[in-house]
Amino acid sequence: MNFLFNLINGISLGSVYAIIALGYTMVYGIAKMLNFAHGDVIMVGAYVSFCATSYLGVSPFLSVGMAIVICAVLGVAIERLAYKPLRSASSLAVLITAIGVSYFLQNAALLIWGSNPKNFSSIVGNASIKLFGGQLSIPVITIVTVVTCIVVMAALTIFTSKSKLGTAMRAVSEDKGAAQLMGINVNTTISLTFAIGSGLAAVAGVLLCSAYPVMTPTLGAMPGIKAFTAAVFGGIGSIPGAMIGGILLGIIENFSKAYIDTQLSDAIVFLVLIVVLLIKPDGLMGKKQSEKV
Amino acid sequence: MKTKLKKPLSPAAKNSAICYGLVIVFYLVMQVLVYTDHISSSLNGQLIPICVYIVMAVSLNLTVGILGELSLGHAGFMSVGAFSGAVAAYCLQDVIAFSPLRLFLAMIVGGIFAAVAGVIVGVPVLRLKGDYLAIVTLAFGEIIRNLVTIMYLGKDENGLHFSMLEQNFELAEGGKMIINGPMGLSGNSRISTFTMGFILILITLFVVLNLINSRAGRAIMAVRDNRIAAESVGISTTGYKLMAFVISAALAGMAGTLYSMNSSTLVAAKFDFNTSILVLVFVVLGGLGNIWGSIIAAALLTVLPEMLRAVDDYRMLLYAILLIAMMLFNNSKFKQRLIEKRGLRQQAKLEKAQEGGR
Repeated sequence: MNFLFNLINGISLGSVYAIIALGYTMVYGIAKMLNFAHGDVIMVGAYVSFCATSYLGVSPFLSVGMAIVICAVLGVAIERLAYKPLRSASSLAVLITAIGVSYFLQNAALLIWGSNPKNFSSIVGNASIKLFGGQLSIPVITIVTVVTCIVVMAALTIFTSKSKLGTAMRAVSEDKGAAQLMGINVNTTISLTFAIGSGLAAVAGVLLCSAYPVMTPTLGAMPGIKAFTAAVFGGIGSIPGAMIGGILLGIIENFSKAYIDTQLSDAIVFLVLIVVLLIKPDGLMGKKQSEKV
Repeated sequence: MKTKLKKPLSPAAKNSAICYGLVIVFYLVMQVLVYTDHISSSLNGQLIPICVYIVMAVSLNLTVGILGELSLGHAGFMSVGAFSGAVAAYCLQDVIAFSPLRLFLAMIVGGIFAAVAGVIVGVPVLRLKGDYLAIVTLAFGEIIRNLVTIMYLGKDENGLHFSMLEQNFELAEGGKMIINGPMGLSGNSRISTFTMGFILILITLFVVLNLINSRAGRAIMAVRDNRIAAESVGISTTGYKLMAFVISAALAGMAGTLYSMNSSTLVAAKFDFNTSILVLVFVVLGGLGNIWGSIIAAALLTVLPEMLRAVDDYRMLLYAILLIAMMLFNNSKFKQRLIEKRGLRQQAKLEKAQEGGR
């Protein structure tokens, strides 16, 4: 029973990672950059939702909507101000800028909301479902998280494969120059990708804080890095890959917490990243890329 | 009339001279201030950390600026050096009474351990590229921090005792726990001095500057500028990458020892991602690949927070903005235009000089 409990918890945590990883994967696919600040957008989403419910008295679900909108705008703003001028710069410069943005968001949040941890109240309450005559109790938020993840992934897959904007997105990620020649507005497409990714980050932030209710300005950093691990694990640029990578990573993390050591769980997750990158750098479902001179 | 021709300094020699000069002047000024008692106690307490961060910044500059690979786990090597050096210093306590020598040997032990960690991390990591490399160094930094947090090491008359995860050994009478899991080091004898810090900076500069101006250094920069071209002229890219990375790790380890022997207690959590980023900020603000820039940035930004107590809350925010602004400026058209203008002016000067010489 314990095993099942850990497995379900792992899948739930993994679903959050998967949603974050989707944002990473999309941005990486299209802008070819590691958006280090993505993890901190999660934090902003969680704080916005928290403020909307506790200060403005908005209903929890509306607060999620607000968080999505604000994070999407934030994502587009970050791209326009910090990343766009560096599109032709070296990847080192872009990465350092992304780290700067991440630090900026963390410290701005620290100034606005203070360093004291805040208690996030779950958007669906603390109810749980009892199974097997009460031997196994699953919090509702766990189920909500998993369902959200599946819905988001399905929606994104349909969006990128069927809709016109989604096709444009894939075209830009394949070849920016050629896409532009075909009449695709590259800037708008990249902004749209950032908006979707950041909106998803807001959802992930709310789900994450509903499951682990202590909020600090640095709450997004670790899940952000782990979600990147998940994205690499599943194959960067691949939407189903991000989902599978995220869920596997969540399960690995929870099992190592339960059966090995709490303090070692982070080390084990990162070890997975290193092993994956060394053995199969393209990830589980990634496309093989050859280097051109 | 015979005029003695003064041989102009090569840019490399000029750079080295600036580096050594800066450090020596800084040391002398500080020593004078200390002896004449004109130094505030807060600045006095910052002297050793300044040395530590200068060494950290210069060594990270070797990886980021010279080798051109972003390392986000530099604090991990510092941590390895800090803890192994502290253990070495404790073990040598009864053998060597002269503390600067003990510290020096401890630093060497710390450097060796960090170099070993550098090889272990570098061999897999340096096969990767760009963003992946950065994130894996970050991962290794976190793994090192996690491993040190679950480490237990004690010493008694029977020798060293070591275990992971939980303490499963009993120390004999008179034994002492050196590394105590999450509580880290305690009861260090504080043997770091400003002079030792100064010597460590000189060693670091000697190693790094000579490396840069050597055949190996030029090979490393060739790998940075164009890996494929470098490979095609027969440069072993992996070998030189590893060389720069390991040297950088070893120097960070020595700085770590200096740092740990400056305080009586130390926890592994100190050497987290934030410390790595802080050092990266020094390097970027000082200029990638610019060694004296790193020295100035590290010294100023270590002292500045003490002086700017009033805006302490905004300090990290300012760093972040500076980091972004620096990158944007470096890649802006504005800077390009400035360089072009400067180039034109220099060219004009050169032509004028040539005409005068004729």
